[in-house]
Amino acid sequence: MEKRHVIAPATGSPGGAGGAVFGSNSAQWISILALVVFAVALPFALSKYHVFELTMVMIYAIAVLGLNILTGYNGQISLGHGGFFAAGAYTAAILMHRYGVPYWATLPAAALICFVLGVLFGLPALRFEGPYLALVTLAMALATPQLLKYFDTWTGGQQGINLPKPVPPHWLEIDRDRWLYFVALMALLIAIRIAANILHGRTGRALIATRDQPIAAVAMGIPTARYKTIAFGTSTLFTGVAGALAAIVIGYVSPEGYSLFLSVSFLVGSAIGGIATIGGAIVGGLFIEFVPNLANDISDAAPWAIYGLAMLLFMYTMPRGAVGTVWPWIGKALMRMGPHKIE
Amino acid sequence: MHQFLQQIFSGLAAGAIYASVALALVMIYRATDLVNFAQGEMAMFSTYIAWTLVNAGLPFWAAFLITLAVSFVGGMAIERVLIRPVENAPVLAAVIVTIALLLIFNSTAGWLYSYTVQDFPSPFPDRPVFGALITTRDLGVIAVTLVMLAMLFIFFRFTATGLAMRAAAQNPESARLCGIPVGRMLAIGWGLAAAIGATAGIMVAPVLFLDPNMMGGVLIYAFAGALLGGITSPVGAVVGGLIVGVTENLVGTYLIASQLKLTVAFALIILVLVFKPNGLFGTAIIRRV
Amino acid sequence: MAPILQLRSVKAFYGQSEVVHGIDVAVEEGGMTVLLGANGAGKTTTLRAICGMVRSEGEISFAGQRLDRRSTEEIASLGVAHVPEGRGTFIGLTVEENLRLGGYTRGRSDQNIQRMYGYFPILAQRRRQQAGALSGGEQQMLAIARALMMTPRLLVLDEPSFGLAPRIVEDIFTIIDRIKQEEKVSVLLVEQNATLALELADHAYLIETGYIVTSGSAKSLADDPQIRRSYLGY
Repeated sequence: MEKRHVIAPATGSPGGAGGAVFGSNSAQWISILALVVFAVALPFALSKYHVFELTMVMIYAIAVLGLNILTGYNGQISLGHGGFFAAGAYTAAILMHRYGVPYWATLPAAALICFVLGVLFGLPALRFEGPYLALVTLAMALATPQLLKYFDTWTGGQQGINLPKPVPPHWLEIDRDRWLYFVALMALLIAIRIAANILHGRTGRALIATRDQPIAAVAMGIPTARYKTIAFGTSTLFTGVAGALAAIVIGYVSPEGYSLFLSVSFLVGSAIGGIATIGGAIVGGLFIEFVPNLANDISDAAPWAIYGLAMLLFMYTMPRGAVGTVWPWIGKALMRMGPHKIE
Repeated sequence: MHQFLQQIFSGLAAGAIYASVALALVMIYRATDLVNFAQGEMAMFSTYIAWTLVNAGLPFWAAFLITLAVSFVGGMAIERVLIRPVENAPVLAAVIVTIALLLIFNSTAGWLYSYTVQDFPSPFPDRPVFGALITTRDLGVIAVTLVMLAMLFIFFRFTATGLAMRAAAQNPESARLCGIPVGRMLAIGWGLAAAIGATAGIMVAPVLFLDPNMMGGVLIYAFAGALLGGITSPVGAVVGGLIVGVTENLVGTYLIASQLKLTVAFALIILVLVFKPNGLFGTAIIRRV
Repeated sequence: MAPILQLRSVKAFYGQSEVVHGIDVAVEEGGMTVLLGANGAGKTTTLRAICGMVRSEGEISFAGQRLDRRSTEEIASLGVAHVPEGRGTFIGLTVEENLRLGGYTRGRSDQNIQRMYGYFPILAQRRRQQAGALSGGEQQMLAIARALMMTPRLLVLDEPSFGLAPRIVEDIFTIIDRIKQEEKVSVLLVEQNATLALELADHAYLIETGYIVTSGSAKSLADDPQIRRSYLGY
C-alpha cells in the first residue's frame, strides 16, 4: 500500500516565513523592527479587552509554535498538547498560590517541568508512529482533566485555583492588561528566536532528515532517537510556558479549561497556520482566539458547525496552511519584483 | 466469581459496540491511511435519524433498516464531496477535515435536536437470563453485531465488489489497471463504514441515552481497540474492541474509582502497545530508504 | 492494416517535468513491438502515459478510440492490459483472487482462470497461497495471467525480466510468445534484455532521453552496428 506523507513535503525554505524573517539581510531587519514597533504601539490604540485578546493570541501562538516543532519538523501528530499546556498552567498556579512565588519566576519553572515531562513522555512515545502516537497523546489529553480532579489537594480539584493578580512594575505607568501584553510579546519573540535557531541550525537539519528519511538519517549517524526526544521536550517546553502565561493572564485555572478540545484546537491552529512554519503559529493563534467568537456571532445556535466550516474552508483553499500556501507565492512575487535576491 | 463473569459479559456487549466502530475506522484507514475522527459523530447523527423515524411511528426494525440505507448513502456522499478534495493533500489536512466534520455533526445535531438527553427504545427486553449472567438486551446487542460481522465477512470474501474493495485498498494503482473504479470503491467503503457506525449507534443508544455527545467516548474506546488489534487488521479491530470493552468494565469494577477509569484503561492499552507497537494483529509498516 | 495503438507527438510528464518529448509509436495488430533504451530514457513513462497513469499531451489512439484524457480504469476496460514495473500483484490476496480481479471488468471468469492455469500450471498449484509468498518468477507469471484475464486486445509489459534468473526469463518469454499467438493479442514491450526482445519482436523503437532515435523492424535494429555495441553488447 502506498503511504501518504503525514505532512507536506517541504517546498522551498524549510523555515517558511520564519526563514525569511530571521535572515541576516538588513532590509529584513528593518521590516522586523517595524513589526516590533507596531506590536509595541498597538496596545495603546486598543481597548483593554482587545489587548487581552491579543495577549491570548500570542500565548496560543507560542503553544502552536511548540506543536509545530513536533508536527512540522518531526512529522508526528500530537493530540495531547493541551495536557502540557495544563501542566505549565498548574505549575504556575501552584507555585504562586501555595508558595507565593512571583509570577515571572514561574515561567522558567514551567519551562523546566514541561521539558522534563516531555522528554519522559517522549521516550516511550517515540516507539509510536502516525495513528499510534495520536492515540497515546489523545489518551493523555483525556486523562488530563481526570488527573487534575483526582489530585485535588494540589490542584484544588473541580474548583480550581484563583491566582493573585500580577502587578506591573511601578516605574512603568501602565495598567495590568497592557503590561501582560508586553510580557507575552517578549515571550513570543524569545520563543520565535529560539525556534528559528533550533530549526535553521544543526538540530533543525537533523530533525528534517529524521522526518523525511528516517532510515537514511540513522545510516548517516544522526542519533534520531535523541533528536526526536529533544524535539518532543522542546515542543512541550514551549507549550508549557504558554500554559503558565495563560494561567497568569486569565488569573484562574480549573480542570474544565484543559479538555481534549484544547489539544484539538492547537492541532487545528497548527494545520491552519501551516505546520512547518514559524509565521503560521501566529495565524494559528489568531484562529484559535477569534474564530470561535466569530462563529458565535454568525450563529449562536450552532457555533461549532460554523467553526467546522471555517476549518473546511481553510483546508480546501490552503491545504498546506495559510503561511505554507501563501508564503511561497509571496516569495515568488518578490523575486519577480525586484533585482535584489531575497535569499 | 459470578460477579466477575457478569462483568465480562456486560463488557463484551460494550466491546461489541467498540468493535463495530473500530471496524469502521479500520476500513477507512486501510483504504485511505486516514483516521476518520468523525466516525462517532456520523453514527450519532444516524441514531438521531432512527430516533426521528421511530417517533414518527415506524416499527423499530423498519426504522433501523431505513437508517442504515440513509447512512450508507450519506457516507458515500461525504467521501465524494468532502473527503475527495483533500485526497492528495497532506494527511494532516485530511485529518483536520474529519475533525471539522466531527464539530459540524455535533453542533448541527445539538441545533436540530437540542442537547437534552433522550430515551431511545431498545428492540430487546431487558431482563437477566442464564442465571443472571447476562441480560437479554446485551445478548441482543452481541447478536446483532455478530450478524453484521458475518454479513461483512461474506461480502468481502465472496463478492466481486468486496474483492475489488480489498484490492483497491491494498494497491490502488494495480486496481485501476484491472479496471476497478477505485474512487467508487472508496465511496462504498465510507458508505459501509457509516452504516456499521449507525448500527453501533442504534445499539448503544438505549444504554447510553441519546444526546449529541453520546458517541464521543465510544469513538475513543473504538480507536483504542482498533490500534490494540492493529490498525490495518479488520479481525484485530473486532478482537481489540472486545478486549477494550471487557478491560474497561473490569477496571471500573475492581481496580479504581470510576473517575480514573478512562485513564487506567488507556494506560493498560498503551502498555500493551509498548510491547506490540503494531498492535496484536497488525503488520509492521515496512520502510525503505 | 491500421495499427491497434498509435501515439502521435506524445509528451509525457513525471511530476512537473517533461520526460518524453513528443514521440510517435505504432503497434501493429497482432504484432509485438518493443521499446528499447537505457534507464531513465522515458520507456516506463511512455507506458504509463498510454494507461493514463501520468499526465500527457498529444494523441494516443487505440482501436479507433482516443485514450488520452481517459481514466486508467476506463482504458483498462477498453482492452489495454498493463503489467506494470514491479509486477503490481496484490500481495495480500491469494493467487486465485488476483486472477479473479483481472477478470473484474469481464464478469464471470472461472473458465478464463482455468485457461490461465493451462499456461501457468505452477499458479494452479499455488492458487490458495498469498501472492506475496510467490517467487519473483511466479509473481511475474501471475501478473501476466492477471492481465490476460481482462481478455485484452493489447498487452503492455514493463520489463517482465526484471530481477529474474536467466532461465526463468527464457521461460517467461517463451510463454509470452505462445500467448501472443493463441490469445490473438498485440504486445507492447519495454525490456532491458535487448537481445531476447529483438528476437521475439516484429518492430522496435529506441528511446534516448525522451526522444525516439531509431525505429524499424526488429531485425534491422538487431543488425545495426551501433545498437549492437550499445545495447546488445557484441
